[in-house]
Amino acid sequence: MSDQTANFPAGAPDAMNGAATMLEVEDVHTYYGQIEALKGISLSVREGEIVTLIGGNGAGKTTTLRTISGLMHPRRGSIKLQGRPIEALAAHDVVAQGISHSPEGRRIFPRMTVRENLELGAFRRKDRAEIEADMDRVFELFPRLKERVTQKAGTMSGGEQQMLAMGRALMAKPTVLLLDEPSMGLAPILVEQIFNIVQEINAQGTTILLVEQNALMALSVAHRGYVIETGNIVLHDDAKALQQNELVRKAYLGEE
Amino acid sequence: MQDFLQILITGISLGSVFALIALGYTLVYGIIELINFAHGDLFMLSSFAALTVLDRLDIGFRDATGSKVLGMLAALIVAMIFGALVNVLIERLAYRRLRNAPRLAPLISALGMSFVLVQIGQSWKGSAPVSFPRPIANQNVLAPFGSPVTLGLNNLLTIVVTILLLIALSYVVNRTRIGKAMRATAQDRDASALMGIDINRTIAFAFLLGGALAGAAGLMFGQFTGTMAFQRGFEAGLKAFTAAVLGGIGNLTGAVLGGFLIGITQAFSDFYLDPRWTNSVIFGLLILTLVFRPSGILGDSTTQKA
Repeated sequence: MSDQTANFPAGAPDAMNGAATMLEVEDVHTYYGQIEALKGISLSVREGEIVTLIGGNGAGKTTTLRTISGLMHPRRGSIKLQGRPIEALAAHDVVAQGISHSPEGRRIFPRMTVRENLELGAFRRKDRAEIEADMDRVFELFPRLKERVTQKAGTMSGGEQQMLAMGRALMAKPTVLLLDEPSMGLAPILVEQIFNIVQEINAQGTTILLVEQNALMALSVAHRGYVIETGNIVLHDDAKALQQNELVRKAYLGEE
Repeated sequence: MQDFLQILITGISLGSVFALIALGYTLVYGIIELINFAHGDLFMLSSFAALTVLDRLDIGFRDATGSKVLGMLAALIVAMIFGALVNVLIERLAYRRLRNAPRLAPLISALGMSFVLVQIGQSWKGSAPVSFPRPIANQNVLAPFGSPVTLGLNNLLTIVVTILLLIALSYVVNRTRIGKAMRATAQDRDASALMGIDINRTIAFAFLLGGALAGAAGLMFGQFTGTMAFQRGFEAGLKAFTAAVLGGIGNLTGAVLGGFLIGITQAFSDFYLDPRWTNSVIFGLLILTLVFRPSGILGDSTTQKA
């Protein structure tokens, strides 16, 4: 397994310490009816970072992303993007602020073509020429999508749909990209490819908050990581340090 | 053969009215999976709105063709705007707050709204059927060609207006930004919100389109029958709903196809069987279709919704 991680050298976290805070989540409590799913989550993502949020099933990873992107609203707490509060905004306005969310389960539009899906990603943008240029950039990242541009998205394979979901999120030209389980249900070779692309997207200047069950992969590409358990952040460190952390190794990296 | 063609023409013009109403059911179902039971009654109220305009304008047979056409156009536009606005209002009052409630809640709310609209219709025009002004004489446009079959000018207009509205609707749904938002919302509401689509506004727009089409149908139905009554929305609505289910609910082409099928079936059954059997024939056809194609003629998972 260590050979595999070597393919994904983590960026130097020290280099990020001086960077400005992009996204600041503070003491966020989110409920499903009476059930408190997030019990006071705080985390921050600095400009240019890949930050990963790892944890088991039902820990609150997806709820955290849904709360940031406005699909759910916190009962308490604040969420700031570059200092601007966004916790009260509806999801369709959060996108316009610069946060794009590639949701769990991909959620592509199955009866639309690849091109239409990508165009919808840029729904709030008016800069036509740049939208075209960004679509070319997406095709460079995912050449597969270019081959399938007129195909109905629902007829594509899981891996291709994941690429489309990520490409679609990039079409919003986000300052912060939220990725929910991009590796879910994919063959190992594809997982590796997807994580390579995550790093490439980051290298091109997009800040990323990555939610993953595949903690090994996530920590190998991230600069920093948070560990979430039953609605609470229980650990927070540089990705390298978390990879060495005994609790993390036992709980999430499958070691005895 | 002459009878056959004659009945076919009647069926097609009647069918275009059903098609327009059916589109309102299918647009709403496609986007929020609600069977809007109030839609037939909205059609009835819009029909009253058109009737009121024609009454007020008081255009008779003797007026010039120009003023007749203008009067009809005014009635069409007013009925469409009326239907659109009332439908948007209904969504706002009766459905929006129940968007995340269990399915049964908005359905009951729709039934309640249906009763409200029926009562409004009865208070507005009374219980007895009201005569519907028909300024344009139903003269046979095929007469100059020596055809044995009659195509009334009114029937022709009904069919032409329906076709124009279908073209306009198809343009809006497939070629415009809001149409794209509607198609996306119909497929995945959360994902659409993440794209930056205002879900509430998009759903309201689907009600607006459906209401406008019901308004147009209201005027045409009046031209067809010559009378309107407050309880007619129920039966017309039920048949249009049947048309939408027959074609595959949520599918726009299906609703139009279903509308024409129901109209033609009704015309043939009225003529060859007995008008008293017509409803049995129509609903029998529905049951038969659903037994063999439960999702309707065009309704399967790969066809395009909304």
